[in-house]
Amino acid sequence: MKLVQLIDFLRDRLKTVVRVCFVLLAVLVLLDAIPALVDKEHAHTWVEHVPGFWAVWGFVGCAILIILSKWFGHLGIMKREDYYDE
Amino acid sequence: MSNLWIHPALILIFGGLLLPAVPARLKKGWLLLVPLLVFLRVFSMAKGVFGVVHFLDWTLTFGRVDSLSAIFGYIMSLTCIIGTLYGLHVKEDAQHAAAWFYVAGSLGVIFAGDFLTLFLFWELMAFSSVFLVWFRRRPESLAAGYRYLLVHVAGGVALLAGMVLHHQATGSWDFVTFDVHHPTLAVWLVLIGFLLNAAVPPLHAWLPDAYAEGTFNGSVFLSAFTTKTAVYALCRGFPGMEILVPLGVIMALYGVVYAVLENDCRRLLAYHIISQVGYMVAGVGLGTQMAINGACAHAFAHILYKGLLFMGCGAVLHMTGQSKFTELGGLYKKMPWVFVFTLIGGLSISAFPLFSGFVSKSMIVSAGFEEHKLWVGFLLMLASVGTFLHTGLKVPYFIWFGKNHCKQETWDRAAEPPWNMNAAMIVASALCIFIGCYTPYLYRMLPYPDVAGEFHPYASYHVSETLQLLLFTAVGFFLLIKKLTPEPTISLDTDWFYRMGGRIFLWFAKKPIQFVDTCVGEVYRVLGLIPLMISARLAGKFDDRVIDGAVDGLAAAVRGIGGRLRFVQRGQMQENLALAFAVAAALMVIFLFAYNAFAR
Repeated sequence: MKLVQLIDFLRDRLKTVVRVCFVLLAVLVLLDAIPALVDKEHAHTWVEHVPGFWAVWGFVGCAILIILSKWFGHLGIMKREDYYDE
Repeated sequence: MSNLWIHPALILIFGGLLLPAVPARLKKGWLLLVPLLVFLRVFSMAKGVFGVVHFLDWTLTFGRVDSLSAIFGYIMSLTCIIGTLYGLHVKEDAQHAAAWFYVAGSLGVIFAGDFLTLFLFWELMAFSSVFLVWFRRRPESLAAGYRYLLVHVAGGVALLAGMVLHHQATGSWDFVTFDVHHPTLAVWLVLIGFLLNAAVPPLHAWLPDAYAEGTFNGSVFLSAFTTKTAVYALCRGFPGMEILVPLGVIMALYGVVYAVLENDCRRLLAYHIISQVGYMVAGVGLGTQMAINGACAHAFAHILYKGLLFMGCGAVLHMTGQSKFTELGGLYKKMPWVFVFTLIGGLSISAFPLFSGFVSKSMIVSAGFEEHKLWVGFLLMLASVGTFLHTGLKVPYFIWFGKNHCKQETWDRAAEPPWNMNAAMIVASALCIFIGCYTPYLYRMLPYPDVAGEFHPYASYHVSETLQLLLFTAVGFFLLIKKLTPEPTISLDTDWFYRMGGRIFLWFAKKPIQFVDTCVGEVYRVLGLIPLMISARLAGKFDDRVIDGAVDGLAAAVRGIGGRLRFVQRGQMQENLALAFAVAAALMVIFLFAYNAFAR
């Protein structure tokens, strides 16, 4: 069960893993700002030329989807599991 | 060239009918051989029009093979191999036969050149797929199956009405592109029939209802065939139909919103079918060559990764007996490889670079941007966020990590699944990665290969855009994970109307109608019964002497016949239905085969 050991290895060092991930995210946005590396010729709108635009879209979109959906669900869409039982 | 053109659906139908006759030790070989033959048959088919049968006044075309039907036929028959391999250890022949008839229906629709043939196979799909739900044999599955059938029969009626009206107006049964800019009532009715099978809201609630109730392997089939066959039909009949663009975008977001609320992993995946089919429907609505390419490519990729996801969650259900997040968690210690396969499916559906969704979904989004429909592009990107949020993050996290909600019994049962389930998941995973890495494989099969050849998904901007979008979604997920904690609830959807509508009908039947019935009974007793008693007494005398003798003899005969009939009729309604369908299918096959072979 090598795979389980690998997962446990990473879980034991969760803080380091998270730090590495944050560094990668920062690098990703920085690279997006370098025109020589990321050619934005095919972008369709001006906002896409803002470095890190899609990062913001992803993060904000995710937060909005979660919050709005849960709000919608708690309006009365989510029911107890036995709702349809006689 | 040989005159005999063998329809791939025929191989499946014969294979399924012969299945009970195959000796037990050869069964597994047969189960692998038949889908493999079907795949080879589809793969080797030349382009053209075949299997034209003149029947009464009609001309039925069973084999229209062009680039559009070929790519759908290819992926459907490929999925049949993977799906059958996944359920190889299932002992019940009828389950395999139902799945094969279902695939046969789908292949029949795809290669049909006229509406009559299309309708025949369209109904075969509905009536065979419902057994994949019923075979789970829970009381809930029985009810869900009936609802599924009811909705599909209603859709079939709309389609049939549209077809007939269309025939009346044009005099032709040919299934070709409609005049989408001036739709008539007939066109709308056909469209409604197709949209119902594509699960476009508000005609979508049958999908999560039934797919979450299917057997562990039945849902793998269900996830692939009905909706994508409808996408094929839309690609064929309605490219460029404007209304499909907003409908598709609404679908894409609707599925995502409901997936946030969902507690059952297979229901969540079912809502994501709606979301992903939304991309395809929007692509059909855009109607440009790139968009149609995108719809076909995305259907192709989607069938594989969604099958893979249903296989992963099906494996959890099969091994633990649970599919709810609130009953699972921490399973990576017990089922690590199923986690890896499901994650590959999750990364593919989320369109991560190097995975299949990346090279297909982006075509539709780009087509939206290129048509200067910016809102389409941006909203579909938002739906992508939701896709990764649920299928890439929520499903793996709350099943394999997160808080362990497993009961001791669940935990003890959990283990890696049998070899054949793993093998099917390996094949599907490998294909997902292969499609993502080697684009010509998929792009060459598309209806407009030249346009596809000019599309470069691995342009630096597109990779950067996608990675930012998805990785920052992950940040959002882990920051808001508390809000996402699954709750043991169900979500009301448009099926509420017919589920509660049915109940209102029952209430009417029970209360007011029964009341009226009682009143009528009372009136009848007072006004009718007393005179009746008098006349009865007179009749009784006559009866005693004359009729008894004759009737006694007759009654004995009737009882004898009744006893024999009861022997045939006992058993459940489903068994009777199964028998009826099997007989009908067999008759149909024999009939068509005879026609194919001898009519010319």
